[in-house]
Amino acid sequence: MTDEAPASTPDTSSKKDGEIVISVRGLKNSFGDQIIHDGLDLDLRRGEILGVVGGSGTGKSVLMRSIIGLQTPDAGEIEVLGENMIGRDDVEAKNIRRRWGILFQNGALFSTLTVAENVEVPIREYFPFIKPPLLDEIAGYKVAMSGLPADAGPKYPSELSGGMRKRAGLARALALDPELLFLDEPTAGLDPIGAAAFDELIENLKQRLDLTVFLITHDLDTLWAICDRVAVLSDQKVVAVGTIEELLALDHPWIQEYFNGPRGRAASAGLKKGHRGA
Amino acid sequence: MGEDPTRRDDQGGGDNVYRVVGALTITRAASTQREIDAMDDPLTIDLSEVERIDTVGAWLVHRAVRDRHAEVTGETTQSRQLLEQVAEADRPVRVRPDQRAAPLRALEELGDWVAEAGKTLVGLLGFLGATVISFGIIVTRPRRFRLNAVVQRFDLVGVRALGIIGLMTFLIGIVIAQQGAVQLQQFGAEVYTINLIGRISVRELATLMTAIMVAGRSGSAFAAQIGTMKITEEIDAMRTIGVSPTEALVVPRMMAAVVMMPLLSFYAMIMSLLGGGIFVWVALGIPPLTYIQRLQEVVPITDLWVGLIKAPVFGFIIALAGCFQGMLVEGNSEEVGTRTTAAVVQSIFLVIVLDAVFAVFFSNVGWI
Repeated sequence: MTDEAPASTPDTSSKKDGEIVISVRGLKNSFGDQIIHDGLDLDLRRGEILGVVGGSGTGKSVLMRSIIGLQTPDAGEIEVLGENMIGRDDVEAKNIRRRWGILFQNGALFSTLTVAENVEVPIREYFPFIKPPLLDEIAGYKVAMSGLPADAGPKYPSELSGGMRKRAGLARALALDPELLFLDEPTAGLDPIGAAAFDELIENLKQRLDLTVFLITHDLDTLWAICDRVAVLSDQKVVAVGTIEELLALDHPWIQEYFNGPRGRAASAGLKKGHRGA
Repeated sequence: MGEDPTRRDDQGGGDNVYRVVGALTITRAASTQREIDAMDDPLTIDLSEVERIDTVGAWLVHRAVRDRHAEVTGETTQSRQLLEQVAEADRPVRVRPDQRAAPLRALEELGDWVAEAGKTLVGLLGFLGATVISFGIIVTRPRRFRLNAVVQRFDLVGVRALGIIGLMTFLIGIVIAQQGAVQLQQFGAEVYTINLIGRISVRELATLMTAIMVAGRSGSAFAAQIGTMKITEEIDAMRTIGVSPTEALVVPRMMAAVVMMPLLSFYAMIMSLLGGGIFVWVALGIPPLTYIQRLQEVVPITDLWVGLIKAPVFGFIIALAGCFQGMLVEGNSEEVGTRTTAAVVQSIFLVIVLDAVFAVFFSNVGWI
């Protein structure tokens, strides 16, 4: 575990590392005849970054949508932060939603609001009594914390580049100081430098804000660089969960192909070289 | 959330000590801010009994330190870390774009509006030109003609509108007949109801109502479809492949509207006459045969021409406004909605203005 900070402090009594924060059991999802998940099990432990990988169409995003309640599964149980998520009414679910932040694939920023106003939306929704000047300050430091330049605050999403839009989406996801962060392909469509910077930002924020991260990605560099564990989706279920080294020891054709393909080897070599250099 | 931390303000001993007990998080942000603001300088904030802290809590402490030189004591590793984190992120960030003073802004908006209107007019002329050129290319090189696209548009604009336009004009026929009959009965001239139905349906209402319905159904769809394609960069993709968006998107829609409008108008005339005929048969006891015979006597054939000549012009205006507004879409999805509304409003407005022009014109050429 990389999370060394909270030890010995009394203020983390309720947040034990290793405690299960998301538990998915026997999840089944289908669209018409097409079965996406069948008997899928997955655990996410507090304080870790779990990478979720899988070929296109294996239902990575559907899994995330099921966990956050945007998609009602056909069968199965989902518990988030100790609360059952299936069949909850909206009022109850709201209390849990407040404790997570979600970065959608394309940012999903509200196009009629500026970046800073986007960050204010969740805060306004849950804490309407916070006064506008303080609200603006909070939005301001969240924008800065996500690595955006100061002049990005009053800009509209359409005026931002792809990488900045992702950072703005991250700022909104962090608006309520969530315990849990869902990231759907955060580095897709970024240049390698931008992607590496984004990885670093996530790792950094995770350390300092005590986040638990559920990260869907295709990016091998991201997997090597920041993920504590990796879950592999294949054949409608999670076929393996573990560190990359553990996964490499398995004899699963897709996993071998994925990590030992030319790109996988390059990413792993790049990381090792980076370590030696540092 | 549930917990309600207690706070103690120790006023004794010169310094004002604000001791936070329990949670220093966003849930308590408003009250914490109020309480800190209420304390006098010099202020000391004691964090030794904080159980949970988040960045908002840290920010409130950081603010007090920054603005009032408050002293922080008893911070834990985690709270120190968060304080450092927010201090790092403390940069002046504006939330909204700058707003100018009201009179200046009004002037600016007026200027923008004039410039925008001028640009739109020039753009419309350019668009019209591009469309005409595309038509020319298609006429000289018939192989470029997209039969499938055009037939598909015919179906969407024409065939699928039959139901609603038929129903609408049928009902309008009944309304004209009923209103006419009520008034004309007062001086025993109810047979003239047929004149009213025949002339107003054929000459004016059928075409006008059809144009309004086509503008609402198809003009809006043109703007929304093309606008969405602009946002998803489909139009750019077309251009780079070498397909002219005007040829592929605008020309088929234009042709569909121009060809379908007269056909739909004729159909609307028939439906309106049918509705009126049924009403006079049921309510006034005029049998269908008499109705048809009377129609032939009182409705000159020029009325039909008046109705049918206007139709393709209206169709052209509707397609032009729809496609042009669609092409103007830029940026975000909200724009699609604005442009679609503009397309419908403009086309209906232009149709009615043109209808007035036509009315005067046809009267002057003697088609009364």
